[in-house]
Amino acid sequence: MAIASTQTQTLWQVLVTPRDQGSDAIGRGVLGDVHRLGLGHVRSVRSTTIYLLAGALDAQIVDRIAADLLTDPVTQECACAPSLTRRDENQPAVEVHYQPGVMDTVALSTRDAIRELLDAAGLSDTYRIDEVRTARRYTVDGATGAPELEHLARQVLANECIESIYLCGFGRRDELPSAFPQAPAAAFELRTVPIRTLNAEALAALSRRAHLFLSVPEMEAVRDHFRRRDRDPTDLELETLAQTWSEHCVHKTLTADVLYRGAGFGSDETVQFRYDNLLSSTIAKVTRDLNRDWCLSVFEDNAGVVAFDDEYGVAFKVETHNHPSAIEPYGGAATGIGGCIRDILGCGLGAKPIASTDVFCFAPPDYPDSRLPRGVLHPRRVLKGVVGGVRDYGNRMGIPTVNGAICFDDRYLANPLVFCGSVGLIPRDRIAKAPRPGDRIVLVGGRTGRDGIHGATFSSAELTDTHADEFSHAVQIGNPIEEKKVLDALLRARDHEEGCLFSAVTDCGAGGLSSAVGEMGEHLGAEVELENVPLKYAGLRYDEIWISEAQERMVLAVPDDNLPALLSVFKEEEVEATVIGEFTGNGRLRVCYQGTVVGELEMDFLHNGLPRTPRRAEWSIPNPQSPIPNPQSPPDRLLAELGSYNTASKEWVIRQYDHEVQGGSVVKPLCGPGDGPADAAVLRPRLESHRGIALGCGITPHLSDVDPYRMAVASVDEALRNVVCVGGDPDRTAILDNFCWGGVTDARALGGLVRACQGAHDAALAYGLPFISGKDSLNNQFSQDPAEARRLNMPERISIPGTLLISAVSIIEDVRRCVTMDLKRPGNRLILVRAPADAVGLDRSRELHHQVARSIRDGRVISAHDVSDGGWAVAIAERCIAGDLGATVAADAADELFAPILTGYCLEVGQDDDWPDAIALGEVTTVQRLLVTHQNGTLIDLEVAALREAWRSPLRDGPGGTQRG
Amino acid sequence: MAKVRVIVLRAAGINCDGETVHAWRLAGAEPRLVHVNELIRNPGQLNDAQVLTVPGGFSYGDDIAAGRILASRLAHRLSDAAREFIATGKLVLGICNGFQVLVRMGLLPGGRREALRVSLAPNSSSRFEDRWVRLRVETDRCAFLRRSRYIEAPVAHAEGRLVVDSERALTALRENGHVALRYVDSRGEPGDYPANPNGSADGIAGLTDATGQVLGLMPHPERHVDRTQHPLWTRRPDVATADGLDVFRSGVECLK
Repeated sequence: MAIASTQTQTLWQVLVTPRDQGSDAIGRGVLGDVHRLGLGHVRSVRSTTIYLLAGALDAQIVDRIAADLLTDPVTQECACAPSLTRRDENQPAVEVHYQPGVMDTVALSTRDAIRELLDAAGLSDTYRIDEVRTARRYTVDGATGAPELEHLARQVLANECIESIYLCGFGRRDELPSAFPQAPAAAFELRTVPIRTLNAEALAALSRRAHLFLSVPEMEAVRDHFRRRDRDPTDLELETLAQTWSEHCVHKTLTADVLYRGAGFGSDETVQFRYDNLLSSTIAKVTRDLNRDWCLSVFEDNAGVVAFDDEYGVAFKVETHNHPSAIEPYGGAATGIGGCIRDILGCGLGAKPIASTDVFCFAPPDYPDSRLPRGVLHPRRVLKGVVGGVRDYGNRMGIPTVNGAICFDDRYLANPLVFCGSVGLIPRDRIAKAPRPGDRIVLVGGRTGRDGIHGATFSSAELTDTHADEFSHAVQIGNPIEEKKVLDALLRARDHEEGCLFSAVTDCGAGGLSSAVGEMGEHLGAEVELENVPLKYAGLRYDEIWISEAQERMVLAVPDDNLPALLSVFKEEEVEATVIGEFTGNGRLRVCYQGTVVGELEMDFLHNGLPRTPRRAEWSIPNPQSPIPNPQSPPDRLLAELGSYNTASKEWVIRQYDHEVQGGSVVKPLCGPGDGPADAAVLRPRLESHRGIALGCGITPHLSDVDPYRMAVASVDEALRNVVCVGGDPDRTAILDNFCWGGVTDARALGGLVRACQGAHDAALAYGLPFISGKDSLNNQFSQDPAEARRLNMPERISIPGTLLISAVSIIEDVRRCVTMDLKRPGNRLILVRAPADAVGLDRSRELHHQVARSIRDGRVISAHDVSDGGWAVAIAERCIAGDLGATVAADAADELFAPILTGYCLEVGQDDDWPDAIALGEVTTVQRLLVTHQNGTLIDLEVAALREAWRSPLRDGPGGTQRG
Repeated sequence: MAKVRVIVLRAAGINCDGETVHAWRLAGAEPRLVHVNELIRNPGQLNDAQVLTVPGGFSYGDDIAAGRILASRLAHRLSDAAREFIATGKLVLGICNGFQVLVRMGLLPGGRREALRVSLAPNSSSRFEDRWVRLRVETDRCAFLRRSRYIEAPVAHAEGRLVVDSERALTALRENGHVALRYVDSRGEPGDYPANPNGSADGIAGLTDATGQVLGLMPHPERHVDRTQHPLWTRRPDVATADGLDVFRSGVECLK
């Protein structure tokens, strides 16, 4: 018998094709996208999955692998061939292959499964599998020629950031890639960067060229440091400083010393204020001033933690992943949620993820294709990709995605925002952590590759029309099952019978090992041997290993005595765990590769050497514009409001997320028989108990242009209203802030951010809501070539509206007292409780939140819904849709139908229940009509079916639909 | 009387194990999580258990296709042990991904070495969907389905459309009593989408084997074991029970 290990490698190809269109989900999905692209004449698209197998194999075993493992006997057929098959030129087709180095999870699992199949069949002496790759072929019927085929391939089939396109047909036949390209192995060579002699101009050029994104004063601080050390830095040292000092990692704008001059807060007078640290004197101050004993960990760990019950705390973190999602929506969003989940895993000594939230800001899906700047993906494609990424990562990890929102504005076109939140449950005795001198540095999870290099610095910069090409290496594809295995192993090691096996843990995210080890060892010092880091493939340089942001990795500090037990737990869970160094206690970060020191920095300079630049900020309130009267009749206006993208049903998105896995779902994102929009989600993290948490959010970017202060107040108010509506307790609610802003280099732009911070502070303090965690993402702006901008009739630079997401978590003692927003019973009264919009009467609003929360707890409220953007008329319409019931409303005492109000609740209460302060609206009816009268005249008389259709149709089948002219 | 002992299988990517354990516990059983590698190393553990549950999730990422790799591993490593388990009167329950695994490894009718072919294909909608469905029990033979006529539970999958390779195969499933559960509408009759959420042939939501000891189903009964899990629970103050739990209770009662 031949010995497989010595046999030469051969290459095989297995083509798996659905038997018919009904079984070809991929092909059907693609055809829909092709039609939405305006190519309605394309008749069909057929998908074929290609598996390339390399190893000691023959036709017989490949046939068996194909039949046993790769093909479904009912729905698919397969063809096997040695090497890459010739393609039939009469059938125009596109092949899409991953670029070398991009994560191909299917290939990895297929290789392992073939290995096991050979082993189980006793054939591993005869055959050997070395490598697997996958690709996809799309056979397209009806395209007019090669240019059109290439166009649709670019727009629908592939993202050339991570994939390559090969056409065949119409006389064209692209050469396919070699099946398993090998990266060239780089010989080790230590590189230093001569910096000591550079002037400001040369430093600026170096910063840009090397993608460091450091300012001139920062570069000067680095230069002067190495002048004092009397040597030049290595490239790795410069990289380490750039990562650690990046806006993404250190938030230098929000922690700056800011002098603000301009409009007062809540008054028209001009004021002057100095914030010696903007974040600390606004957001963090709320938490200090409120000093709640149930805040267990705030602003110091990867996530904030509040008490859940006597045994557990709830950890909550919200991150953004905007820049990667702009370039590769699917991978960017997936790795965004993946990274946020790792923050929860890396919180304390590890929290168990129990829920995800997601909030997106996009340009509207009907944005005209003809006005799309170069380097920018269409919002339709961004929306589909982002939703797909969140779906596949969250669903596969088994974490329910329970709450979110989507806002639309043209200015998010080139800078979509993707907020990913993760919630975890953590034993209260596992919150404190600290590495100790002598602890081993253990890297666990996925292997390190050339992916995700420069993510932290990239995300701190402005996007331009060439970013997609320049920064494609910052974009990655996630592997959720690897992360699920890390989760399982980490929690086993945390709950080990001999006690927690590690003394600290953090996630390996932006900045890679550089940030993870640098932060964990800040007060100790650390030494790392880079050649011990397991690599995906050979050929990585030492600095690439150090800053790679390859996904699904975490770093643990493990006492020597626990090392064998820890390694054995990870082995049992099939997770690679490797000792890569040690925490020392000498205050230095020392990085070695093949016996050479490739970097050595004092932790003190790394973490405290960043120069602080005082900043000036100003703001004047724009002159109030008289509101443009809306010419629509009330019924038309109501239907238009319901059908606006911002308000319309997001059911297409919501149902793609598993929002019920883990079994704790109490209030779901869709309510009632008519699937109305829930205000917040409620879940029971411990299935044996009825104690729960509510998760909600507030986001009001449309208010930002007039005054970011009001915007921030409104966002805090909305987040609180949403959790109160389902039964949350304002006295046990904590909030998180996520600021996304455009450029903040000029004083006015910074002034807007200052006002938002102050607004968030004032509202949170008034309502008694401590901030427990936060994050910011600045420079969300896009600049393009002036000629191109003129052609498109657009500004050269587009900035997003100042956007603040407030996320809220509220503890609920007994979820059986929760309410939902669907109307329940004909005859019940509908009332409006609200604070007027004209004054920032935060005290009155606070009372109102508490009054509603108390009434829900006491069982007086039968259903509740937040009155937000569209005023009370939209709120009632949504309630009718959800409950499959009608309502009769006399609007005489109420505000104008669609007037926005700061704090408003629409409540359904019993017939005889007395609410002295409330405005009576009307009552619930069996007849499925919404009837609104005013002084005996009829303002609105619409069937609930018509309301429902208006609300559901815009996004019913996803972001399809027609384009705006 | 000793509690019914249940093994709930774990594997990379299985993610409904926690709530499945909880459901068994509520039903009065004594569940235990066992990793598939541990079970392969020591199949003798099956001797101590009376029920084997393959829970939902995305085993091995559902790479290649849903449940494919786990099914291949189990078929190659534990086929004989599983068959003997059933031959001694014990029960096997596969939920969602577990159903896909049981079909593919041949513990339910239509597996790969049989004359009739059954498979679970991508949903008609081409996408993952989480929605509640109503199920009608179609057999009196299945050990897990002896308590209620109707069950409400959510589906949450992208590949749950039951397909057969021929009309003959469908007839055989029906005539041999393999059809355990059908998706039905509010009137209790089979219907189109969304009542039948994935386009399954004949609205079939679950299958049982010739003995009635094996049940595979796409919906998640373990997600309906408390009244607050039902999407309309705030409208039904009078309903105190959760009928997904009946699946687990019925299994326990059969073994007592």
